[in-house]
Amino acid sequence: MRIERRLEQPRWLSFAVPAAALVLATLLGGLVLLVTGHPPVKSFRRLFEAAFTANGALSATVVSATPLAFTGLCAAIAFRMNLFNIGGEGQLYGGAITGATAGLLLADTPSPVAIGAMVLAGAAGGALVAAIPGFLRAFLSTNEIITSLMLNYVVGLILTYLIFDTHSYLRDTKGFQAQVFPQGKTLPESATWPSWTIHGLALPLGFLLAVGLAAAVWALYARTRFGFEVQVIGDSARAARYAGMRTRRKILAVMCLSGALAGIGGASQDGDFRHQLDPRGLTAAGYGYAGIVIAALGRYNPVAVVVLAFGLGGLQNAGYTLQSADFPAGLVGVMQGLILFCALGGELFVRYRVRFERRAPKPAPVAPEPSR
Amino acid sequence: MSASDARPQVQQEIVTAAPGGAAVTLRGITKRFPGVVANDHVEFEAAVGEVHALLGENGAGKTTLSNILTGLYRPDEGEILLYGEPLELHSPRDALDAGIAMVHQHFRLVEPFTVAENVLLADHRPATRSFLVRPREVERRVGELSRRYGLMVEPRARIWQLSLGEQQRVEILKALYQDAKVLILDEPTAVLTPQEAEALFETIRAMAADGRTVIFISHKLHEVKAVADRVTVLRGGKSIATVDAADATPRSLARLMVGREVEIARRVGDERAVGDVVLEVEGVSADGDRGTAALLDVSLSLRAGEIVAVAGVAGNGQRELAEAIAGVRPTRSGSVRAGGRRLRGGDPREAISAGIAYVPEDRLGVGLAPTLSIASNVVLKSYRRAPASRGPVLLLSRIRELAAGLMRRYDVRAPGPEVPTRLLSGGNLQKVVLAREFSSAPRVVVAASPTRGLDVSAIETVHDYLRQAAAGGVGVLLISEDLDEILALADRIVVMYEGAVVGERSAEGADVEELGLLMAGGEEKR
Repeated sequence: MRIERRLEQPRWLSFAVPAAALVLATLLGGLVLLVTGHPPVKSFRRLFEAAFTANGALSATVVSATPLAFTGLCAAIAFRMNLFNIGGEGQLYGGAITGATAGLLLADTPSPVAIGAMVLAGAAGGALVAAIPGFLRAFLSTNEIITSLMLNYVVGLILTYLIFDTHSYLRDTKGFQAQVFPQGKTLPESATWPSWTIHGLALPLGFLLAVGLAAAVWALYARTRFGFEVQVIGDSARAARYAGMRTRRKILAVMCLSGALAGIGGASQDGDFRHQLDPRGLTAAGYGYAGIVIAALGRYNPVAVVVLAFGLGGLQNAGYTLQSADFPAGLVGVMQGLILFCALGGELFVRYRVRFERRAPKPAPVAPEPSR
Repeated sequence: MSASDARPQVQQEIVTAAPGGAAVTLRGITKRFPGVVANDHVEFEAAVGEVHALLGENGAGKTTLSNILTGLYRPDEGEILLYGEPLELHSPRDALDAGIAMVHQHFRLVEPFTVAENVLLADHRPATRSFLVRPREVERRVGELSRRYGLMVEPRARIWQLSLGEQQRVEILKALYQDAKVLILDEPTAVLTPQEAEALFETIRAMAADGRTVIFISHKLHEVKAVADRVTVLRGGKSIATVDAADATPRSLARLMVGREVEIARRVGDERAVGDVVLEVEGVSADGDRGTAALLDVSLSLRAGEIVAVAGVAGNGQRELAEAIAGVRPTRSGSVRAGGRRLRGGDPREAISAGIAYVPEDRLGVGLAPTLSIASNVVLKSYRRAPASRGPVLLLSRIRELAAGLMRRYDVRAPGPEVPTRLLSGGNLQKVVLAREFSSAPRVVVAASPTRGLDVSAIETVHDYLRQAAAGGVGVLLISEDLDEILALADRIVVMYEGAVVGERSAEGADVEELGLLMAGGEEKR
């Protein structure tokens, strides 16, 4: 058996391999269920119902999908340039902090102004966090994987500090509940993001923003000079330099853009769903890391990211809904892990092909290119 | 290659019967690769206690021969004898076990490890293999060897802390630690300063005095004269002659190395109108990739409608010169003037806007983005302007049209402009690069080894494009190692050696032998 590089990657493979990975993950998940004494088919059906078909399930899925779409986009646009921004988590926290601050400060302004300011502040907060690894990478050649990952913990601790360890502007010190347990100030009415209901499906502003931004990112990458430069730099940094592209600036710009997307996701958490800065909820959710999984599964395509965020959001939503004694609580996590495992494993088959052949009696020496 | 077929067989003058008897003998070694005979019935013999130089131009077959001797390739024909016994090499391991070790041009060292650890790692001898590692013992022996052969290096130092010269000593120590009887050094002075090279020669002589055989691969004549006992010259895959180094002169060696029996096709004498100076390089110095000086005070000028060739053996600063002109490589001092102004060094965009087109040596990866389409690559430099874009928006259909038009004009054979460039053949890749560079209406074209690796018809096409460009008033700077190509195209020839310009000749009066001598550093700087 030999594994060799594919010279050409057929188009159908980039659809078939993720699909096959999904099927394989389901089968493996079923196996886990069988071994642990749960009926696989019934469990999966309940999972699907709770995620998509039950009453109100779809709306709840959209709620789960929204932050994942943002962090997925965040990871995808950086990965497109071979820039491994693992810091979506911290950038989302950053956006949540600045977004909540803007919402609280602008309590007396008309709602559209307050909401617009929150979106911008969230984007700025996320971009600011991402700018640190971006700058280090662009000008000091520091590995952005490490720096962006480590910053997740730094920003996470700042987030917790703002509510738990200090009487900051963001912390509620007056309310009855706040006396019992520290929590963030409730955002004013004007800073509550709207939501539209169509046929019983509630679509929050954040989700619509994510869809719009996905389309914008797609257009940016496919149709603009900026996107062209990103493609060239991602493909060959030396060719980009040869063509006179300003690679360093582009690295910084893409990191900031990537962080801004996660940051808007953070602001959407404040404005759409939590209505306060909620360190415990945000740090427990792990949106940033799930976003990396989604970006990888979607092969860094922004449209695919939104679709996958919806799917994975459904899985998470079902996980919350079905938490009970008779349902295997770990199933959702196991499924997520299996999907990632199979999808990344499947990448091998996109890039390489496996050839089975009988071993020759004596391996003929492979003549490499003459290096004369 | 084609010229070599027409060449009459050269009389082989082999000097045999060296004092210590033959250590390594190669008889009739032939190695064919698709489309090329890399070694053609090569005869070679190195004696015990001898320093034997293997001299030849790039592509003469030196590297293939050493790869055969170290078990990396198996010869298609011929046999290898070691101390008179036939030797079958199935792998590099067999060669090591037989006592043949090679010091490669690119070191094979584990950077975070110490000198002693690297030496130990390379030791495959079953006799010394043990589960337990005795670092002190290894360090002691390494220290002993390095004192004995003048290979000063601290056994406990880590590789990344060492200079290139020191790293090379570690490579030699690796060979000596395993008690190699035959050492092959592949262009060992390429990374050394003159002082380090002198020290290396001392080491080589000490090793030979101990009864080891040193095979010294080089294309630098003065080194060969300085260190070798005998010299075997390879040309076009054939062993041309083996001579005593003491009897040889740089001129006689150069003649053997580049000597041509066939008359070279000179540039067809259509006189082009030569115009104003379009490129002026003045006193440019720059560092190479490894941070050592690669360009030393280089000056040259180029007029409109003129083809100036930069001749030289690869690695003597030509690539760095091209990169410095194109703004890809920052300069230390000096100036590049084009388009009527002095260019800011290290800024490719500045060079592009001054009208300097650059055909880089490395087509795929530098000249082209491999996974992007032909269309994207065609606008790699012009995407900022109309007609490829309007404001920040790319006009994709215009780009496709542009690419399709250029593909027709430059005869790029591919199913369509959407095909990723990495799927194209070498000739088509180069046509895409040329199409882009020539269609940008340049004042200057810098072409670095534009025909390397191409087949005969593609070479002709590239030559035609270069001639047409010059006829259209473009100044062409052609960087090439191929004297045939240079004489076929150039009006003027500048020879580079070790980062400096060592001579300039007009094409008419140029003498191939003399050029070969200059390229090999065989004459004092003028």
